[in-house]
Amino acid sequence: MSNKETTSKTLIVILSLCFVCSVIVSTAAVVLKPIQETNKALDFKRNILAAAGMLKEGADVEEQFKLITTKTVDFAIDKYVLDVTPEQLAQETKLIGELDIAKIGTRADYSKVYLVENAGKLEKIILPVKGYGLWSTLYGFMALEADTNTIVGLGFYQHGETPGLGGEVDNPKWKSLWVGKEVYADDGSVAITITKGPAPVGDINKVDGLSGATLTSKGVDNLIKFWMGDSGYGPFLSNLKDGDA
Amino acid sequence: MKIKELLFSPVLTNNPIGLQILGICSALAVTSSLKVTLVMCIALTVVTAFSNLFVSLVRNQIPNSVRIIAQMTIIASLVIVVDQVLKAYAFEISKQLSVFVGLIITNCIVMGRAEAFAMKNPPGASFLDGIGNGFGYSAMLIVLAVIRELFGSGKLMGYEILPLVTDGGWYVPNGLLLLPPSAFFLIGLIIWAMRTYDKKQVEVAEFKICPNTVKEA
Repeated sequence: MSNKETTSKTLIVILSLCFVCSVIVSTAAVVLKPIQETNKALDFKRNILAAAGMLKEGADVEEQFKLITTKTVDFAIDKYVLDVTPEQLAQETKLIGELDIAKIGTRADYSKVYLVENAGKLEKIILPVKGYGLWSTLYGFMALEADTNTIVGLGFYQHGETPGLGGEVDNPKWKSLWVGKEVYADDGSVAITITKGPAPVGDINKVDGLSGATLTSKGVDNLIKFWMGDSGYGPFLSNLKDGDA
Repeated sequence: MKIKELLFSPVLTNNPIGLQILGICSALAVTSSLKVTLVMCIALTVVTAFSNLFVSLVRNQIPNSVRIIAQMTIIASLVIVVDQVLKAYAFEISKQLSVFVGLIITNCIVMGRAEAFAMKNPPGASFLDGIGNGFGYSAMLIVLAVIRELFGSGKLMGYEILPLVTDGGWYVPNGLLLLPPSAFFLIGLIIWAMRTYDKKQVEVAEFKICPNTVKEA
């Protein structure tokens, strides 16, 4: 090591180091990519099944997912559409001011929905929902009965809320409170609400708030009001109920 | 230096968190659940050991003026590889660790060992030093995680140990323990215990506080 401090030596060392490191990093990324993609897709499906209360632990997720039909909803006409291109799926509409109660900025023009059918008859419908909580956007699924009103389950597959407080949205006990509640009031307006503190016993439209997580509760409340309301799946669900979707 | 000393002195007598006060950030962030903590410990130990090994292998080639950048490049590459492996083989846990695996890059323990040890020692010893410091970090994190998860949510590794009042048991969980600041108090108490046990760890005071004197007007 006669002289390692010259400019040319410095450049050579750094360039070769960067080259070696970049080869290692890109090899790892490329080789592991297929496994990661599978994991992501499996996790997504597992969450859809969990929201519908159909997930059996230990059983093959792909196998269970065969019971589910995927369809696409166009929010412009609030009906199913066939043959949607990936470009169309990526289209979004900006939400302005009052409309954006879930604080998501934009809403896709099309959304995939997941159906559980039995002999051609709709049993459950699972709708992807998202909205802003305290720190992060919560992504999840809301599953409804065929009457498009009774809740089968609610679950979030991705969020960054405080573990132990807002993170309790993942608590199975809390999630079980949603089962059997009803989304809409008799006049068709969105009635489901997360109360602050315990909900009145026997009220089919109210769910307990999470203690210590007022803002996350508020966020979940908002995102459900948004997606079940007029800018979300509301009109589509009423079409579906009338057999006109 | 003997192998045993390289591997185990960082655990008690020269703990990277307890004595060097490095790597506090992730010690607060990931210790609310033991399972996540264990994965984080393995990830950090692997990164520290291999970054020490590689830095030591090229230590005679690295020009002094760019040595920190060269170390960072090696560390960052290793962390990305570890992150990719976790995403492929431990997806659930990598979701919970989220940004903290990526933040190993900025963990002072990795950088500190590369600069303080690997730049001056042969690869074998450097590798062991990395593992040893990984053990030191892991020991502290595991203690924190056991206390926090057990008394914060009544569970260990996700299994119920103390039945919670909310589930019909008797234990009222201490919610503070689930929040990051609680790890600060715990680390403080552990440092106190370590210094009481091993008096050598107490630094000599830099100055002496004089008694209060009232100046005559």
